[in-house]
Amino acid sequence: MTGAILAPGSQRGAELMQQAAKGRSLWDDATRRLLRNRAAVAGMIVLAVLVVAAIVGPHVTPYAYDEINKNDVWLPPLVEGHLLGSDSLGRDLLARLLMGLRVSLAIGLVATFVSLVIGVAWGAVAGFVGGRLDEAMMRVVDVLYSLPFIFFVILLMVTFGSNFILIFVAIGAVEWLTMSRIVRGQTLTLKHKEFVEAARAAGLGQGAIIFRHIVPNLLGPVVVYVTLTIPAVILAESFLSFLGLGVQPPMASLGTLIANGAQDMELAWWLLVFPSVLMVITLMSFNFIGDGLRDAIDPKDR
Amino acid sequence: MLRFIGRRLLVAIPTLLLVVTVAFFMMRAAPGSPFDMDRKLSPEIERNVMAKYGMDRPLGEQYLTYLKGVAHGDLGPSLKYKDKSVLQILDENYGVSLTLGLSAILIAGIVGVTLGVLAALRQNQAIDYGVMTVAILGVCIPTFVTAPLLVLAFASKLGWLPSAGWNGGALPNLVLPIAVLALPQIAIISRLTRAGMIEVLHSNYVRTARAKGLPESRIVAKHALRAAILPLVSYLGPACAGLITGSLVVEKIFNLPGLGKFFVISALQRDYTVVMGMVIFYAALILALNLLADLLYATLDPRVRLA
Repeated sequence: MTGAILAPGSQRGAELMQQAAKGRSLWDDATRRLLRNRAAVAGMIVLAVLVVAAIVGPHVTPYAYDEINKNDVWLPPLVEGHLLGSDSLGRDLLARLLMGLRVSLAIGLVATFVSLVIGVAWGAVAGFVGGRLDEAMMRVVDVLYSLPFIFFVILLMVTFGSNFILIFVAIGAVEWLTMSRIVRGQTLTLKHKEFVEAARAAGLGQGAIIFRHIVPNLLGPVVVYVTLTIPAVILAESFLSFLGLGVQPPMASLGTLIANGAQDMELAWWLLVFPSVLMVITLMSFNFIGDGLRDAIDPKDR
Repeated sequence: MLRFIGRRLLVAIPTLLLVVTVAFFMMRAAPGSPFDMDRKLSPEIERNVMAKYGMDRPLGEQYLTYLKGVAHGDLGPSLKYKDKSVLQILDENYGVSLTLGLSAILIAGIVGVTLGVLAALRQNQAIDYGVMTVAILGVCIPTFVTAPLLVLAFASKLGWLPSAGWNGGALPNLVLPIAVLALPQIAIISRLTRAGMIEVLHSNYVRTARAKGLPESRIVAKHALRAAILPLVSYLGPACAGLITGSLVVEKIFNLPGLGKFFVISALQRDYTVVMGMVIFYAALILALNLLADLLYATLDPRVRLA
């Protein structure tokens, strides 16, 4: 970052300067530790493949995910152009799997983002302002924690009918609780640091301090928790879809595919086994990355 | 202690009130009514039916009436199951869910703690890696995947166990549902036990016990284990919530006559009172278990002060 500004002609000197000045930051350290964790690296590679497949896949499969082929009903894998077989309507399982993966990943990302925004804002404000407000806000979290949440999500879906946006909001609104606790704890330790004092001395308002100085420094634990929230969200969505309350046909998510496969498993094992395997692989790669990140960023377990 | 219990109960009341309120108005905001049928009721009959259940009144008044009933322990009549009150439905069906849940948590506790201790004693050896792999798999494979896969393997292909049904609670019918419910709990419990055990084995008093010359088996069983499984107590509440969620799936897949099956069906059929009754029941259950966990924790660990 600094080298390029130096006088022209002393390229070599600039490089040396850069190396000397760089040192090893906390993040370099974390990256190195993460890359040494074989499970985490494997998880990242698998996940990258899955993401590409989910984005590109549905455009390159020979069949569309909702294309009904009356002549190709109940085909087992590797028969007549259906690589992974077909279902009761003759729809290609591979196409449906890729679409389902795309939907599940999208829901995972968006709902996690919702929970991230609520959780970080809630926790940072509670932790930074402190006192009565903190107590009240955390009491709300405690109360919400002790509710049977899955029932409320089910009620929400029943009340408003299932549509995409609602799935995002419902799940995201459930998953922010832990995030807000983590963020609050971090904020409590951060707010007595010198740089916050400096910012206050410089005349910054509370809002500016929270969002310009506290929030960026929460990044580490938040990143870890986000990677662990995404699989939890995917799981929650699939659970709803399994109960028939999530994504509606002909759209597919991993949960609906598993639910349909479970109904037809006596006739067609592949409709159950392939979606299940894909689901487990997806969840595991997220969990491996999350665990790896936690070990890499959290200096306690070094 | 008594003050602590009292305060917690005082917090529990507004919590339950919140649950009841949110559930009540959400349920009522849902389109459709419990009296929608294939054949349209004549407006006259519909008006009579609505009047019978007091649903012709303004919503606010219905809400207050309902609250009054709940305060007196009356959850009202079911709107779909004729001649049955919500309490009757709860009473007739909680047995199945309770049997499944209790057996699952007992088995998960025994298996999970055993695995966790073994893994901790042989840290970074084959058995440890084996247990941790099982733990990760158990967390990553959802119940709605294990259940059909186990049915496919043990019922359809091997024919060892029945694939569904309650059959008066016969043992073969129970094996698969309980296994499905217990697996994720085993995973989490073994993980918690392993972590607790590893920490405790490095603590000073265990070193003292070793220095005293006690045999290792006694150190592990008497000194270390007690402290190591303490964190499990606070897992009681979340475990219960997990089991309830799991029971929704398991009772559907194995077609068991438990409460979990009722909830989704009743919500879809707009059987307001049954849904409300179950929400209250489960919320109270989870609140009670969380309180119990805190009390147990304070009894078992003298360092914890209840405030």
